[in-house]
Amino acid sequence: MAVRRIELMLCTGTGCVAGGAFRIKETLEKEIQKQGLDKEVSVIITGCNGFCGQGPLMVVQPDNIFYGFLNEEDIPFLVQEHLLKGRPVKKLMFTPSEKKEPVPLLSEIPFFKKQMLVALRNKGIIDPEKIDDYIARDGYTALEKILSSMTPDDVIDEIIRSGLRGRGGGGFPTGTKWKICRTEQKTPKYIICNCDEGDPGAYMDRSVFESDPHTVIEGMIIGAYAIGVSHGYIYARTEYPLAIKRMQLALTQAREYGLLGENILGSGFNFDMEIREGSGAFVCGEETSLIHSIEGKGPEPRQRPPFPAQSGIWDCPTVINNVETWANVPVIINRGADWFSKIGTETSKGTKIFSLVGKINNTGLIEVPMGITLREVVYDIGGGIPDNKKFKAVQTGGPSGGCIPHSMIDVPIDYESLTKAGSMMGSGGMIVMDEDTCMVDVAKFFIQFTNDESCGKCTTCRDGSDALLEVLTNITNGNGKEEDLEFLEEAGNAIKDASMCGLGTTLPNPVLSTLKYFRDEYEAHIKERRCPALVCKNLIKYYILPEKCTGCKLCLKNCPPGAIKGELKHIHIIDQSKCTKCGTCLDVCPPKVSAIIKVSGKETENITGIEEPYPVKKKEK
Amino acid sequence: MAPLTLDELRKKRKEARKEIYLREGEYKSKIIVHMGTCGIAAGAREIVSAFLGEIENLTEKNVMLTASGCAGLCSMEPMATVELLNSPSVKYGNLTTDKAKRIFKEHIIGGNIVTEYAIGIGSEKGG
Repeated sequence: MAVRRIELMLCTGTGCVAGGAFRIKETLEKEIQKQGLDKEVSVIITGCNGFCGQGPLMVVQPDNIFYGFLNEEDIPFLVQEHLLKGRPVKKLMFTPSEKKEPVPLLSEIPFFKKQMLVALRNKGIIDPEKIDDYIARDGYTALEKILSSMTPDDVIDEIIRSGLRGRGGGGFPTGTKWKICRTEQKTPKYIICNCDEGDPGAYMDRSVFESDPHTVIEGMIIGAYAIGVSHGYIYARTEYPLAIKRMQLALTQAREYGLLGENILGSGFNFDMEIREGSGAFVCGEETSLIHSIEGKGPEPRQRPPFPAQSGIWDCPTVINNVETWANVPVIINRGADWFSKIGTETSKGTKIFSLVGKINNTGLIEVPMGITLREVVYDIGGGIPDNKKFKAVQTGGPSGGCIPHSMIDVPIDYESLTKAGSMMGSGGMIVMDEDTCMVDVAKFFIQFTNDESCGKCTTCRDGSDALLEVLTNITNGNGKEEDLEFLEEAGNAIKDASMCGLGTTLPNPVLSTLKYFRDEYEAHIKERRCPALVCKNLIKYYILPEKCTGCKLCLKNCPPGAIKGELKHIHIIDQSKCTKCGTCLDVCPPKVSAIIKVSGKETENITGIEEPYPVKKKEK
Repeated sequence: MAPLTLDELRKKRKEARKEIYLREGEYKSKIIVHMGTCGIAAGAREIVSAFLGEIENLTEKNVMLTASGCAGLCSMEPMATVELLNSPSVKYGNLTTDKAKRIFKEHIIGGNIVTEYAIGIGSEKGG
């Protein structure tokens, strides 16, 4: 390809694709052609850039200018102004919520500033569908290094010394796992990449596949060499079509280059791998279930030990590592264990990818050094809570994790601190909640999820989650009893103690952690039939304040069940027997009027005291 | 395609690096072509093509070519500003493709300002 003066790095991660990234690509190319710039400017597709809340987005290089919320109508102007005339377009740049002036440069945007990229070092810089792009960014140099100058034991030693721990949730030291498997007598041995990502709101693994599949492949080849493996599996859920497509393409390219297959780079070492698609059962993220699924059996976990590293797939020694763990391996080999182990805390080394979602200004995918505090993540990178609401809690570790309250916002993010706080690192989901979130409702949501996903093998997990769900449903419906709290605690702990796999032993976490930190909310639901966050539908009512209502009919027209009585210039009234508590009236009532209120508990008695519409009184001047 | 040897992979990497240099942001010099309406009308686009052609011939792509708006001296268009690392920027005016090629060779590569085309050295001071 001839040289260009500008490259448009267009994000084509799943989020931006859903937002129309490929249509934007077409429009960009058409406009570039129209302005006669096609010899000077090219559009490069990249994987997930990370700042998903701003999508569809792109970065203009070499200027390093970030544009978000792109739509096709803006493209002709953008091409003419920036690409032709060199005048960057302010209105498409990112403006932090508290500021008026946009921040043009990607490197100056607070969301990116505090991040440290190791596993995601190539995101937004390479085209994930081109192996040459990866190779240009020092791709496969770690493989060169081990094949020409390191023995398998050297490699394992380097990984052990780096302090790398599993990024899938458990946090087991990666090098040690490799060593256990290497010393097993039985052959053949296998390695597996676990890309069965199922936590609600989490998409770290998917993004690594979509933005840089070769880093996973290179990490796995290195692992295979170290452990003594000639065949590997990638287990990915079938709901990730784009990730699987890009990984499949990457595997084909790696084979063409002789990086997979027989006699890799002339070294005499043989290794290849294949993708196995799972149907999206959450329990398959658990390693023994995953192994059963690859073997074609039902996805149920089995008792450990023996651990998979001793006896895994087809009863052979098997190392299973998460996507992110594999992605770290080439960097550790290239830059050395000493460099890696300087990042992070005493027991948690390196960086961690999180998907930062929920009630947060800057939604997206981030990679941060271990030991960073939740406060830095929520306020500096995440840009705080929208609409000046108060931060209430952050849920880490997905449905197996717990909710960490505001009082613990200065907790450093590492394996031990999060566990101590009643949550866990997990694979990296991070859901931020504001004051409008009901913690009992959140606990119910996660139990509903794990209850659906329980494989049913252990009674405690299967029936225990049923029991938790029933009690939580009663509480949120206003039918809670005082003894319920004791039951939740007792049942939660029993499920933890008596279930076999990680799903069962962690599923009570959302309940237990909210009970610990937000007990007052549970008590309000039970004793006062009140939902403090005004979320639980059975415990709230909407009213129209007569002194504020202007009789504009807006809520009346928009009310889906037709529960609002009134006429023009008459005070409107909500018929509580028809109201479905959808909140539409609250949304449509103009902010300067603000006549609709939402109440709970005692306040739900008819506070307005009026039964029939009457004319709006004219204000005295 | 036949599988690569170690040496072939290294050679491939060297080639591949040239393709992604725009994204890595390490430059020794920067050329800014002024692309206001006046600049474009006076032929700034040909100047861009001329510079781009010169960059193409470089083995190490460490020159950044970018555009900016009108520099305020419309009668001297097409204009370009050349910035070498750690030296003051130099503005050139009344450019032609031949002049651009000479500036590239002597100033960007050679490090010597082409004084006969230069119209100013250093940036304007703000009040």
